[in-house]
Amino acid sequence: MSKEIVFSSETLEVVNKLIRRYPEGRHKSALLPVLHVAQAEFDGWLSPEVMDYVASILNIKPIEVYEVASFYSMFNLQPVGKCLLEVCQTGPCMLNGADDLVAHFEKKLNIKVGETTEDGMFTLKTVECLGSCGTAPMLQCGADYHENLDAEKADALLEKLRTENKRSRYC
Amino acid sequence: MGRKLLLEHVNVPGIETLEVYRKMGGYSAAEKALKTMAPDDITEEVKKSGLRGRGGAGFPAGMKWSFIDKKSEKPRYLVCNADESEPGTFKDRYLMEKIPHSLIEGMIVSSFALGAKTSYIYIRGEYFYVLRILEKAIEEAYAAGLLGKNILGTDYSLDLYVQIGGGAYICGEETALLESLEGKRGNPRMKPPFPAISGLYASPTVVNNVETIAAVPHIVNITGDEYAKIGIGRSTGTKLISASGHINKPGTYEIELGLSVEEFIYSDEYCGGIKGGRKLKALIAGGSSVPILPAHLITKTATGEPRLMTYESLSEGGFVSGTMLGSGGFIVMDDSTCIVRHTWTLARFYHHESCGQCSPCREGTGWMEKVLHRIEHGHGTMKDIDLLVDIAKKIEGNTICPLGDAAAWPIASAIRHFREEFEYHVKNPDKIQDPKHFYHQPFVSEVVNATPEVN
Repeated sequence: MSKEIVFSSETLEVVNKLIRRYPEGRHKSALLPVLHVAQAEFDGWLSPEVMDYVASILNIKPIEVYEVASFYSMFNLQPVGKCLLEVCQTGPCMLNGADDLVAHFEKKLNIKVGETTEDGMFTLKTVECLGSCGTAPMLQCGADYHENLDAEKADALLEKLRTENKRSRYC
Repeated sequence: MGRKLLLEHVNVPGIETLEVYRKMGGYSAAEKALKTMAPDDITEEVKKSGLRGRGGAGFPAGMKWSFIDKKSEKPRYLVCNADESEPGTFKDRYLMEKIPHSLIEGMIVSSFALGAKTSYIYIRGEYFYVLRILEKAIEEAYAAGLLGKNILGTDYSLDLYVQIGGGAYICGEETALLESLEGKRGNPRMKPPFPAISGLYASPTVVNNVETIAAVPHIVNITGDEYAKIGIGRSTGTKLISASGHINKPGTYEIELGLSVEEFIYSDEYCGGIKGGRKLKALIAGGSSVPILPAHLITKTATGEPRLMTYESLSEGGFVSGTMLGSGGFIVMDDSTCIVRHTWTLARFYHHESCGQCSPCREGTGWMEKVLHRIEHGHGTMKDIDLLVDIAKKIEGNTICPLGDAAAWPIASAIRHFREEFEYHVKNPDKIQDPKHFYHQPFVSEVVNATPEVN
């Protein structure tokens, strides 16, 4: 059974505070921040039902939510593992070993990029430049940047995430 | 040691807090501006300073401000572009993370100059942890009467909010950023009208980069004339450079514009030379969108002049033998680098980030990525190299926003300067199977650059 798609009263207060940041009638501006809140609240991804709920909260058409959610790379439109590992692969990270890092994760987790481990713990994703070029290679997991990675640090990170057993979230 | 303004106090413990920031002289520009200056005086000082947009385009900031429609009865907005996403660029992140109040003070002074009552900082979605730092600092500023109603006891009131993005490079383009801030897809708008006339919510709006806005309090403090004395010619002031790649000391550095490229790369004060004592092969000086330079054009221009870190010197020689200062994303490559592979990662980046509005960019970036993938993985033909040049030409100048140009230039310049290396990939598919094919045996060009091309 999936849980009912309703924000808790505390979350609703956060959302209303976000909406108040914009001039009268411009509440649609809150869409991106609210989608982040929704994604964090509902298991790390935006199902059609969640997007419809966000549309109802902001009093806009569902299509206005779909078109935005599908445009931005941080919104997941499919379920993801508990911890989403986003490894940067653009130029500067590539120069400092991003290829090796991705290969290491693929081997260690026994999955390919874009896949989730059988236990649902990790999803491996490659992403484009995260603005961490001086501390390459790196990955983002939730709001945390893990920088200057090598195989050893990567393994330690996986171990830590497994022990904590918490869903990664941006907010 | 060059003069430091933006990062002068970056190593002071606790500088991220309001208390320490104020102790180090912070918010004195806000006091001076709001209590002793008229809004237009501030714009005048910014004009005199010669400050140019630090996001990449280098457009004079004071002039941009002066375009704002003052006759309009609609509210005016200042929007800070903190959507730092240009590969190789991480300077704004560093500044916001270390000294968040410097941006907030800049927003107060700049908003006052422009007559904005509500301002937004649009930050890229991936920088969520920086958002938290900024929000904490904003909270402190509100509590101290530096934001909100009647700032510092004056008539001026300002509300400041941070807006989070969703992961899209294109939102660094100012009109795409405004679309995104309105809760839409980040599709750039046709210009004109420019944001100064019709920007956020169709109101007069100025969009400035983080570093540009953070420079304003310093200009107010020391005056525009004094600021203009730093640097050389039309490249005034200091600039943050984020250095990455094969160097000993990657990181964000503040330089006086006019420093030599050679000193920046090799001095221990900055990059500290090439890692592992290897040979310098190539440089992308201003973020991934600017043309790549081969070794012989990095520290000297084609005419043999020392290359300087200025807007003018870096672009000396045009696109034939020069590049651009851009965002200050300084990517250094040693002789283990495969230019084809690096260019392919950039092509993949632009393909991923194209918003899809304009066919030449939407389709062309995808073709370039595929063709480069083919060459890098040993399936390319000689014709593919010319095909890439042809596609790049057909994208350039044919799109609503500059992302098309930004996608075309790195590829066109890589082929211009490293064509032989592309040909090597076509001729020797068996020698490039290992992704690190030039690591143990660097590629050696047979062309001698005795007479470099002159524009």
